[in-house]
Amino acid sequence: MSILIDKNTKVLVQGITGGTGKFHTEQMLAYGTKIVGGVTPGKGGQDCCGVPVFDTVAEAVEATGADASVIYVPPPFAGEAIIEANDAGIRICIAITEGIPVLDMAQVKKALKGSRMRLVGPNCPGVITPGECKIGIMPGYIHTPGTIGVLSRSGTLTYEAVWQLSELGYGQSTCVGIGGDPINGTNFIDVLEMFNADPGTEGVIMIGEIGGSAEEEAAEWIKANMKKPVAGFIAGQTAPPGKRMGHAGAIISGGSGKACDKIAALEKAGVPVAKSPADLGKTMKLALGH
Amino acid sequence: MKIHEYQAKQILKEYGVAVPEGIVCSTSAEAKAAFEKLGSPVSVVKAQIHAGGRGKGGGVKLVKSGAEAAEAATAIMSKNLITHQTGPEGQPVKTLLVEKGSNIADELYIGIAMDRAVSRPVMMASSEGGMDIEEVAAKTPEKILKEAIDPEVGLRSYQALRLAKGIGIPAPLHRKAIKFLQALAKAFLAKDCSLAEINPLVVTKEGDLFALDAKMNFDSNALFRHPEIVEMRDLGEEDPAEVEASDAGLSYINLDGNIGCLVNGAGLAMATMDIIKHAGGEPANFLDVGGGATSDQVAHAFRIILRDDKVKGILVNIFGGILRCTTLAEGICKAVKEVHLNVPLVVRLEGTQVDEGRKILEQSGLPITTATDMGDAAAKIVAAVS
Repeated sequence: MSILIDKNTKVLVQGITGGTGKFHTEQMLAYGTKIVGGVTPGKGGQDCCGVPVFDTVAEAVEATGADASVIYVPPPFAGEAIIEANDAGIRICIAITEGIPVLDMAQVKKALKGSRMRLVGPNCPGVITPGECKIGIMPGYIHTPGTIGVLSRSGTLTYEAVWQLSELGYGQSTCVGIGGDPINGTNFIDVLEMFNADPGTEGVIMIGEIGGSAEEEAAEWIKANMKKPVAGFIAGQTAPPGKRMGHAGAIISGGSGKACDKIAALEKAGVPVAKSPADLGKTMKLALGH
Repeated sequence: MKIHEYQAKQILKEYGVAVPEGIVCSTSAEAKAAFEKLGSPVSVVKAQIHAGGRGKGGGVKLVKSGAEAAEAATAIMSKNLITHQTGPEGQPVKTLLVEKGSNIADELYIGIAMDRAVSRPVMMASSEGGMDIEEVAAKTPEKILKEAIDPEVGLRSYQALRLAKGIGIPAPLHRKAIKFLQALAKAFLAKDCSLAEINPLVVTKEGDLFALDAKMNFDSNALFRHPEIVEMRDLGEEDPAEVEASDAGLSYINLDGNIGCLVNGAGLAMATMDIIKHAGGEPANFLDVGGGATSDQVAHAFRIILRDDKVKGILVNIFGGILRCTTLAEGICKAVKEVHLNVPLVVRLEGTQVDEGRKILEQSGLPITTATDMGDAAAKIVAAVS
């Protein structure tokens, strides 16, 4: 079992003909993901990586029955691409694009109010259900099928967690990168709820970072609702205030968003938090009581 | 991206936000002429630097004649201005703003920032103007009123009225206040601000409202659609290494420690700083080469790190995904050959094409210590510098 995506998910690639879109479409196809088509305005009728290209998402959905889309569209147009996916009835949209203006995302969130589409990202590595479906940019081969849910705001730090888990013999049910932007489609609690309800997930590792208060809110939720063991890590314990640490959302401002507050909130909720990023796997093992 | 007060006021004025009459100067003679042109019995000479706390640092002076204005200008520009935000060396002052003085009856606070919880910009208002708003938020959060701004509509007039009444603006001035607050919200949305702050907003004895100070920061992801804002960038206010890095497509932040780090991905880069500290060392920088870095970018990153005299050792931590370990290894070899490497270098590689990448490093004959995992890497570099 898994959450969000599985072997039956039919995926459209928005921005398939661009360099990044093309490269990762090949990688996803090689992993076994069911890519059924691509969308690039003005290039409808062509072929790319062996799948048909359409001008609009609506046309692509009608022709292929796709229920998921992944976005590699450049930042100035990515906000509109998400809204187009929503209008075309896509069930899950995963936005990889980094650098979307935050006001564009505020407009996207307004457009998605009351929508049935789930947006993951933007500025994220994507979602993978090992052995079944990879949507995004993560290196597929480090993942192994299993029962640990992985949930993170970061890209490469998620790979680090997956690698450590795999080294210790813990496979993953689904790995979800929610992205490093201040405004995103899916938050920690949304994914924790899904892992909580998924019979194929036995435990969850949650990787947060400085900025905002999503980890504190997740800690409250875990305390009240989570039935499965959770392990945690917060990146940026040594980050100075007022500086944007790479991710648009990773900034300590006005005394809030500090790593120590997030760690304290998680520990208060009974979540063991790795002191060192070298101990992500070990901390999960500890949370599982093994 | 940040801009100066005088630039923020130019933008705000275009959108109909009331600002005091003022003239931008760069010499004491210009300051004297500006005072005379303004023709007010009292004017204010204000240092234009990005850092806050200018008043307490001696960068804002009240003057009552052209001679006093010239004297104040000379005094401010003759030495670096030190405030709690500039660091101990302070910041040189190249530009001044000479502004008409106001008869202040009340000082208020207005700010707009992106609120992650509601996914919208939120206007905050407080009757405690001139104060540090973070202090107000911590001690008396009930004194800060908030209204979420629709990103497509702007601030509605009833919302502006609620804020104006809430912070005690007298009824006869409500229409002016609504216009002021709506104009500020409009400027925020039109220019893709990440922060717009008027602290203080003053109510004068004559019944006017003015933005006495103004601060605007911009979303760097939106600068592609604002060439007019990019032109306002003052590179003299920024760390040269950070500017060079951002021009090269790298994300770099200078810190106080002595272990340089080069990492791919922001989260892993932060975690690498953390593990250095955990192992008993101090990171000299944050550096994310990004997911799709080329060997040239990696070499450039290396040069930036090595130029920092504080750096006594370097830790490279790469989890190859899109960035292949071979690309990274080639970049390191390139940089080390160009720049004389006189500090220990510990490299931890994992991920895509890791075996080929390790081979390139081994065959290079360079003095590189390899590490098996993050913990091992941190222990080795900390041992090497101490």
